[in-house]
Amino acid sequence: MAKQSPFARKQTIRRVLHYLKGHTFPLILSLLLAVVTVTLTLYVPVLVGKAIDCIESEGNVDFSAITRILLTVGISVGVTSLAQWVMSILHNKIAYHVVRDIRNQAITRIEHLPLAYLDAKPTGDTVSRMISDVDQFADGLLMGFTQLFTGVLTILGTLFFMLSIHPGITLVVLFMTPLSLFVAAFITKRTYSLFQAQASLRAEQTALINETVTNQRIVQAFGHEKQTLSDFDDVNDRLADTACRATFFSSLTNPCTRFVNALVYAAVGMTGAIAAVNGRISVGELSCFLSYANQYTKPFNEISGVLTELQNALACADRMFELIDTPAEIPDAENAAVLSEAKGDVSFDDISFSYVPERPLIEHCSIDIHSGQRVAIVGPTGCGKTTLINLIMRFYDVSGGAIRIDGEDIRDVTRHSLRGNIGMVLQETWLRRATVRDNIRMGMPDATDEQVIAAAKAAHADSFIRRLPQGYDTVISDKNGALSQGQRQLLCIARLMLCLPPMLILDEATSSIDTRTELKIQSAFQEMMRGRTSFIVAHRLSTIREADVILVMRGGKIIEQGDHASLLAADGFYAQLYRSQFAGNG
Amino acid sequence: MRKLLRYLADYKKECLLGPLFKMLEATFELFVPLVVASMIDRGIGGGDKPYIVRCALLMALLAAIGLTCTLFAQFFAAKAATGFSAKLRRALMEHIQHLRYADLDRLGTSTLITRMTSDINQVQTGVNLTIRLLLRSPFIVVGAMIMAFTVDVKGALVFAVAIPLLMIVVFGIMLLSIPMFRNVQNKLDDVTEITRENLIGVRVIRAFRRETAEADRFREENAALVTMQERVGRLSALMNPLTYIIVNGAVIALIYIGALRVHAGFLTQGAVIALYNYMSQILVELIKFANFIITVTKAVACGNRIQAVFDDAEPVAEDAETIETGVRGEIIFDHVSFTYEGAGAPSLTDISFTAKRGDVIGIIGGTGAGKTTLVSLIPRFYEPTAGSITIDGVSSGEFPRQALRRRIGIVPQTAVLFHGSIRDNMKWGNADASEADIETALRTAQAWDVVQAKADGLDEQITEGGHNLSGGQRQRLTIARALVRKPEFLILDDSASALDFATDAALRRALREIPEHPTVFIVSQRTASIQHADRILVLDDGHLAGCGTHGELLESCAVYRQIYDSQFAKEVQ
Repeated sequence: MAKQSPFARKQTIRRVLHYLKGHTFPLILSLLLAVVTVTLTLYVPVLVGKAIDCIESEGNVDFSAITRILLTVGISVGVTSLAQWVMSILHNKIAYHVVRDIRNQAITRIEHLPLAYLDAKPTGDTVSRMISDVDQFADGLLMGFTQLFTGVLTILGTLFFMLSIHPGITLVVLFMTPLSLFVAAFITKRTYSLFQAQASLRAEQTALINETVTNQRIVQAFGHEKQTLSDFDDVNDRLADTACRATFFSSLTNPCTRFVNALVYAAVGMTGAIAAVNGRISVGELSCFLSYANQYTKPFNEISGVLTELQNALACADRMFELIDTPAEIPDAENAAVLSEAKGDVSFDDISFSYVPERPLIEHCSIDIHSGQRVAIVGPTGCGKTTLINLIMRFYDVSGGAIRIDGEDIRDVTRHSLRGNIGMVLQETWLRRATVRDNIRMGMPDATDEQVIAAAKAAHADSFIRRLPQGYDTVISDKNGALSQGQRQLLCIARLMLCLPPMLILDEATSSIDTRTELKIQSAFQEMMRGRTSFIVAHRLSTIREADVILVMRGGKIIEQGDHASLLAADGFYAQLYRSQFAGNG
Repeated sequence: MRKLLRYLADYKKECLLGPLFKMLEATFELFVPLVVASMIDRGIGGGDKPYIVRCALLMALLAAIGLTCTLFAQFFAAKAATGFSAKLRRALMEHIQHLRYADLDRLGTSTLITRMTSDINQVQTGVNLTIRLLLRSPFIVVGAMIMAFTVDVKGALVFAVAIPLLMIVVFGIMLLSIPMFRNVQNKLDDVTEITRENLIGVRVIRAFRRETAEADRFREENAALVTMQERVGRLSALMNPLTYIIVNGAVIALIYIGALRVHAGFLTQGAVIALYNYMSQILVELIKFANFIITVTKAVACGNRIQAVFDDAEPVAEDAETIETGVRGEIIFDHVSFTYEGAGAPSLTDISFTAKRGDVIGIIGGTGAGKTTLVSLIPRFYEPTAGSITIDGVSSGEFPRQALRRRIGIVPQTAVLFHGSIRDNMKWGNADASEADIETALRTAQAWDVVQAKADGLDEQITEGGHNLSGGQRQRLTIARALVRKPEFLILDDSASALDFATDAALRRALREIPEHPTVFIVSQRTASIQHADRILVLDDGHLAGCGTHGELLESCAVYRQIYDSQFAKEVQ
């Protein structure tokens, strides 16, 4: 748990309160109900004490008084129960709704986060901020707050009732209280550091498990099982040791406070009984005191628990706000135009770009592409081919110069309309957990079944889809791994076939498809690319050769451009690449 | 779950003593109301102050003995529970180490990880609480009831009504709400899944302009989650008010009956207070017990899931580590067929070929043609369902797995590296590899420049999954890892796909020059990667469509020609 400055903490609390604004009425009502509940709960032992006083000895019982008192007890109990029930429902409502609102806000933010943030942050981290942190925050902060409130109320109420019965014995209770607090604090402190040690060992072990179990096949292929087990044993033994101590210490809190409680109980019993002998207190009042003494320290323990809980919740709230506060990508310019059916002239006008400022990647690069041209991007691994695509799609913005489509700076048109003009198939074949049909319909949610099937046929995906267990209604999931990479890629192509925009980006779109199937799709691709400006990242020279413009990239720079013949004639890097594929081929 | 208990076997003493000490503590606790009663009746009634002090001291003594007992009990419980979970985790990890590939496929990685981590933690908590509470709570409830009966039979009859009523309410609400909570958990998983999808698929979602639709979909699921949470919340919110009503109803009845009995002279005032105190003890204990049951139910469910992993899959037995063979580097496939578990059709049908030491065998075919399956049979990741494989003159079924795999360097399709330095990763291939061995392997794999470019060279740390390297760099390092062990057989399963043509060609040349002359299997979809192989196996839908050199296959094999033409046709013209 990160230590916060008091100022930052106040800031966090203020923001949390902001979320409660819409729930002012239920909140106030629930606080009022808490007051009712606590008061009546404390009043019942007083009544019971009075009733006991009416039962003095044989033949000496005041039945009319007892009936009256017991009736009052009955009514109080009824009211308390009702108040308790309504209160919990209100609490739930507030907590769940706040959580819902925060998550809804977070997803809206996620949809507009810059790619730079999402590419840099592990997915798991963002997911945990959104799911478990929000839950912990709600549990800890909202529940903690009500517990704190009723806890303090109970303590004050108990003191009040005790004082009104007998100040002297109340002092006995008051003197014993710090003892209980001290014991609880001592144990909590010990436990906290042990728990932290346990948490970090658990994390270490989980990382190891994650890595090895995920790659179990490789572990076995390299006969690394023994080594893996011995690494595991090492962490496991350390964890077992720490876990044992952490568990033991944390389980001490209850017995120890119970012991202190029992001492308080005995002390109250003794002083109370002596006071009763001296006639300063009735037996019923003593019984009432005893029942208070039994419960009095409980809220103290709860409060100390709640305080750590609150700390934790605030830390979670911080992580959560951090996500919500991450600046969204620069919004579309206010007067941004809507790019309707683009013609497809694309020009890179002296652009520069880098992911990290210290390491410039693309510098002063200019290219002109005319409507309907096919542009192939070639180069060794990691040369920045994907970066160009990131820029055209405006996943990232250039740091210098401008990319223009039909003469218009793409920063002056809405992202929505820009992306609507570009269709994309990427090497990584992302499909969502939904039916095949819904996945194909992604770009055009209201497409008819006929359109979906036509698109699938064009992508040569129809025949394998039909062979899936539920055909077009088969749900795609990572779990069964039913689809091969190639099949997934075919679905991505079908998805694009359904809504053909004026420009295309194909980033290794067929890398996982076998060449015979690819050959079949090729004609559909040719048809698709006719009249559309297309950017193609590919390894296969057959695809590259047919391009109108070939951009040869190396180390983030475009080092050569031209068509196949002219580049070969120039005998530069491209010619070298080209020959290497056919090295030894005569 | 039951079978898991054998991991508690070493903690028999703790499992016995823990509950015993707990019961001892409970016994002392049960005496307290009696002491209070006699303090009131004899002490106050008789005005006997020294007696009162003696009673108070007795109560303090009871508390002290109780505390000592609990300390022992908690210690035994913690020791047994954490020791148990450590042993269980160890056993499960070992089990996973020896699972067959087919079982790994079926069980799934994420399932195994959940079993190893959160499920085992739950079981640990369950064991801990069971030792502490299983006997104590019922003991106090029953004990308090018996004590109440010894105080006054008629008054105690109230207990006989109130306790069953309380149990009905507490367990009734629990039974009703547990399945509802499970539904809530499932819904939460859905919400998590959508979040994950939106993060992983961000490029596609934005490219298809689905941001708003996705956010709406999320809100819908989120709203459904809240509705379910509120429904179960309303039910479980009944627990406290209802138990409060029952207990206080019982107190009212108790006092009224007590009043009648005292009036008639059967009971003293102190005895009424004692009955009242027993009532509150029972309430506290019942609530604890209800929570305990919830935890244990969860723990047992987790335990059963863990047990299922043990039962579901029989790990392969440890076999001999070495074997002497006359021949080296030779593999014979004889009419081999293979069908994946649960699959309808075979993935490989009737495959026969022979590879000799130093041969380079290319394997080519379309997606799903069975290329990876074929090479997975060589290290015995899977066993053929028909036919036989002979390796170095030994039938593969009799070749000890460890010994066999030590002779093989495999480069899997997905290039995975492990947390640690580059050097650590290279030593996966051979723990005793020298610096020179590693450098040679890296040079052959065209990865030496990758290492040179890193600030720390071989000591450069690789993050989990190797995400600080590009796909091509990872691939070259995994090739080097396989080479470090100087394998007799080298299997490259489409492992040059992320390499550009120049690097790929340089790699192939370097592989030919390895002094140990390994038998090399190259799986690829690119004819360019395999056309110089000594023999090329052409797979088509699990069948061997052709086998021969590039030239021979161009002549005789239609499938091969089609593949080749699709990649080279225009160049050849």
